[in-house]
Amino acid sequence: MSEVLVLVDHAAGEVRKVTLELLTAARRLGEPAAVVVGESGTAGKLADSLTAYGASKIYVAESAEAGQYLITPQVDVLASLVSSAQPAAVLVPASIDGKEIAGRLAVRTGSGLLSEAVDLDAEGVAAHSLFGGAYQASAKATTATTVVTVLPGSVEAEAASGAGEQVTAEVPAQDAGRAATVTGHQPAEAGDRPELTEAGVVVSGGRGVGSAENFAVIEKLADSLGAAVGASRAAVDSGYYPPQFQVGQTGKTVSPQLYVALGISGAIQHRAGMQTSKTIVAVNKDPEAPIFDIADYGMVGDLFKVAPQLTDEVEKRKS
Amino acid sequence: MNIVVLVKQVPDTWSERKLSDADHTLDRASADAVLDEINERAVEEALLAKEAQGGEVTVVCMGPERANEAIRKALSMGADSAVHVSDEALHGSDAVQTARTLAAAIGTLESVDLVIAGNESTDGRAGAVPAMVAELLGWPQLTYARKLDTDGQSVSIERESDAGVATVEANLPALVSVTEKINEPRYPSFKGIMAAKKKPVSTLSVADVGLSADEVGLGSAPTQVVSSAPAPPKEAGVKVTDEGEGGVQIVEFLSGQKLV
Repeated sequence: MSEVLVLVDHAAGEVRKVTLELLTAARRLGEPAAVVVGESGTAGKLADSLTAYGASKIYVAESAEAGQYLITPQVDVLASLVSSAQPAAVLVPASIDGKEIAGRLAVRTGSGLLSEAVDLDAEGVAAHSLFGGAYQASAKATTATTVVTVLPGSVEAEAASGAGEQVTAEVPAQDAGRAATVTGHQPAEAGDRPELTEAGVVVSGGRGVGSAENFAVIEKLADSLGAAVGASRAAVDSGYYPPQFQVGQTGKTVSPQLYVALGISGAIQHRAGMQTSKTIVAVNKDPEAPIFDIADYGMVGDLFKVAPQLTDEVEKRKS
Repeated sequence: MNIVVLVKQVPDTWSERKLSDADHTLDRASADAVLDEINERAVEEALLAKEAQGGEVTVVCMGPERANEAIRKALSMGADSAVHVSDEALHGSDAVQTARTLAAAIGTLESVDLVIAGNESTDGRAGAVPAMVAELLGWPQLTYARKLDTDGQSVSIERESDAGVATVEANLPALVSVTEKINEPRYPSFKGIMAAKKKPVSTLSVADVGLSADEVGLGSAPTQVVSSAPAPPKEAGVKVTDEGEGGVQIVEFLSGQKLV
């Protein structure tokens, strides 16, 4: 059975959830081999989680340069493994970095590139959701290896024990003339809430929230549900909430188990970022708001009455 | 400083977008076509760099004849000239082939120092074409820039991603992609619109940029769309009006779905 490479997304010594989802998808296609690119000592901390989700092999590509250059160290490592291991597919998270790594890899190895897959079958056919969820398509590559970026949250991670055999892989020296150097880094503020694209529950506020102060109502509900907080473009443009939390066409795409939209009308630009959520609950005072067309449960009402009551009720059930 | 801006004409996100039934390619006739919003910011950034450093701004676009309108918009903002790669053979090209064509078109221009693109188009959303063009040119990529500085020798950006904000530097020539936070694009002036009509646009075929017709297009694409269809309408959910117990009712619904 041929190998399927999974590029490991990791932060602060931990495997991010999307990697476990990718390992699960990889098992359908072949033998999953996790690829860790990072500074020395990275793979040791990640090995247990990767093995617990079925990695039969863990390629360890460690070098100080891995964090000093943008994108190209990962591309170089994967390209060299594509030529040595001849995998059926390379799965990469559909994050900002992941999409670029996949793009360069596809060009360099002459492979077909499938972007933002929401599912993947045993034949390597990927399902896609297009135009903000209005259209569906499935696509495949005609090349020996397929490079696929997979949307976080779209495949459910399932544990399965793997051999987890560690194999050292080289990080080719970077050519400063062809690569960009990372000279400074200011990590995103990691609050107590889960990261937007990784969260199982997302609670978002829109223009209807009315002010930055009022977003406290959204945050309280999010905290009661253990959710990430999101915002529509209208809320971000009005300065109610910081841009990194924007969900939609020009913001992040999320696919949680539960998406709660408060005071969001549901313009196509917003739906583009959340329509693949498994369950959608919407609260809006306008009964004609388009968000109700896609909501599994719609509540026509004042979010400032409904949300606090919802928060209290969730807290009550927890205790 | 010679700057190239990559632009794309896309279906307006406000209009209905679909794929054609015949070959699963974008149905361009069904929707209003516009210059992708992020490209206006790319043009603006190129114009700012030109104003600071001198030089020329060339627009490079791949697309059907109609994409000329998007090119004129970029010229009316102040770009100097354009290269329009337009060829029936390109129909149905995927992201990899698009990047090859754009890189080849850039290759027809002399001594390009900097290529500026939008980070991601609103239709394809692969978010990978700028990186792929950099790969093909063998240049450094500085992508997702919310701030760009160049002295004509090197370039530095603030890159905003999920992981935070990084400072990224490289020597020229290099490729930069910009996010919607980079600037507020200028509106074309009446004078600009009139001047754009006289600016040179060279229309090139696939052969003109040095590729052969069997390297591009639907037939030879390394990926194939197997099927496409409008998403089935989501089953109408429940819609109720809050009578004072709305929050409790939502929790009951969530509890029924085992979500709380």
